[in-house]
Amino acid sequence: MTTTTLSPARPATRPAAEPAPRFTDLLAAEWIKLRSLRSTYLVLALAVLAAIAINLNAVHTDLTYIDQPHPQLPGFPPYKYDPLYHGLNSISGALMALAAGSFGAITVFGEYTTGMIRTTFAAVPDRRGVIVAKVTLVTGITLAAGTIVSVTSFFGSNAMLASRHVGLSITDDGCLRAVVAYAVLVPVCALIGMALGALVRHATASIVSLVMLLFIVPMLFGGDRYRWLKEIGNHLPLAAEGRLAVNPNSYTTMGKYAPTLLDCWITLGVWAVVATVAAVVVVRRRDV
Amino acid sequence: MIEIEQLSKRYGATVAVDNLTFTVHPGTVTGFLGPNGAGKSTTLRMILGLNTPTEGSVIVDGMPFAGRPRGLRHVGALLDAQDVHGGRSARAHLQALARSNRIPLGRVDEVLAEVGLGKAAGRRIGGYSLGMKQRLGIAGALLGDPPVLLFDEPLNGLDPEGVLWVRGLFRRLAQEGRTVFVSSHMMAEMEHTADRLVVIGQGRLIADESLADFSARNAVTGVSVRTPELDALTPVLNAEGGQVRREGADPDAGLVTGLPADRIGELALRHGLVLHELATRTSSLESAFMALTADSVEYLAGAAR
Repeated sequence: MTTTTLSPARPATRPAAEPAPRFTDLLAAEWIKLRSLRSTYLVLALAVLAAIAINLNAVHTDLTYIDQPHPQLPGFPPYKYDPLYHGLNSISGALMALAAGSFGAITVFGEYTTGMIRTTFAAVPDRRGVIVAKVTLVTGITLAAGTIVSVTSFFGSNAMLASRHVGLSITDDGCLRAVVAYAVLVPVCALIGMALGALVRHATASIVSLVMLLFIVPMLFGGDRYRWLKEIGNHLPLAAEGRLAVNPNSYTTMGKYAPTLLDCWITLGVWAVVATVAAVVVVRRRDV
Repeated sequence: MIEIEQLSKRYGATVAVDNLTFTVHPGTVTGFLGPNGAGKSTTLRMILGLNTPTEGSVIVDGMPFAGRPRGLRHVGALLDAQDVHGGRSARAHLQALARSNRIPLGRVDEVLAEVGLGKAAGRRIGGYSLGMKQRLGIAGALLGDPPVLLFDEPLNGLDPEGVLWVRGLFRRLAQEGRTVFVSSHMMAEMEHTADRLVVIGQGRLIADESLADFSARNAVTGVSVRTPELDALTPVLNAEGGQVRREGADPDAGLVTGLPADRIGELALRHGLVLHELATRTSSLESAFMALTADSVEYLAGAAR
């Protein structure tokens, strides 16, 4: 046995002069974490490239179609190409929503499933600071991604269409609104993903619940038959964005019970706020 | 200093930690012992504010740890070497920790070198062996040069060189005046590491004393005797104050307590009794620990003990 005699308790070493805690340190730490996991940001980067490619390709393919003669059909309005509908494609929109939601979810459940969350909170007991830093960073990155897709798609597609004299300018009615809504949907979905990741704390279950919420639930609340069903459907994230991106100078019809534009903006905002609050509250309360 | 006061944690009907009260002092290595499921890890998590106690309180250097905005300069902890993201390199992992606590990034390479991971720092943690992950966890605990250090089963997976190094490290940290609290389910590990012991079983405190006191109180010593004339020897030894207990199935074997081996030999010679074996036995602290916690072992293997 190598028990050394009990040394009399010396004064505990004092912690070295501790610098004041700053939120920017947490933000920088989260940035290091994100940057050092290639698979996480690759999801988003690939989605951005794919979304732009889909949008531009859709409009590019339409160019030959626009060149064809469009005989007037009896009972129908004259043919008119809608650059917003095609250039800010709903397929790309859904792709970005899913990628951003998954990205947000991964940043949260990734900490829980690996156990990293305990190491993180042992280093930073201020849990709210940690999750707010994560939310800030993810919101910033996904907003940038959404903006890149939206702006590139809008200007790229309309530059191609200019030769056919059907292109739109950002100052045209409804265009700026559509571009902003198309971009803003991306961080809103990322925040929803973070909230689901924090609530569920399981990889597969988080992603499945995200897909359910974004794509399956809207199917249950369609149709014009029951107003209350439709009203719920109008207040889902993709529906709100879809309404905001509609070209006011097109023949796209809104159906009955169409929400107002303000209603749609508020819907997106409420989703973002509720998701953030949910993530912060559950992360702070629970044992890890 | 860690002050634990009437600490309890219940999960529904399950009691993980039951009214624990003890203090971990600076300047010593304190071993935290208990069988699997005794509540060691739960207690350590409550010290760090990761789990909220059902009752009671934990004060670390004057305040609850969860009340501090940043932790690394106050408590360094290795709870589970697997509590890392396998996709990151060790360097990136420690850089993120250091950055969050405003610790200069140069410190990262310092601690990596100290734990012997300097060359592997750029590799994914996922490819590390358990021993390397333990070293990484220790590096993380040392990052903030804290006055209090917690280690949960730090010797698991370490090679013999690593075990020696860790023991030396703990000793050095304690000599520098820090509070070092190390959990283990193996007495043998603590025997060579700790100055003090806190032993728990099924969430309850069993012992809280110095290692020397613990071994003096619990390590049973005796002399094993083998003689065909055990029945004759027994009254002789009894007369001199010794106690004889039959040992196992062998009718010739007995365990004598209360008399040293040389005295037993002399008595046997004087009475003309043949001895086939005479040996002093010191039961290990491990068996003392096993005996102490026998009633509180949660997950008992099927085989008889």
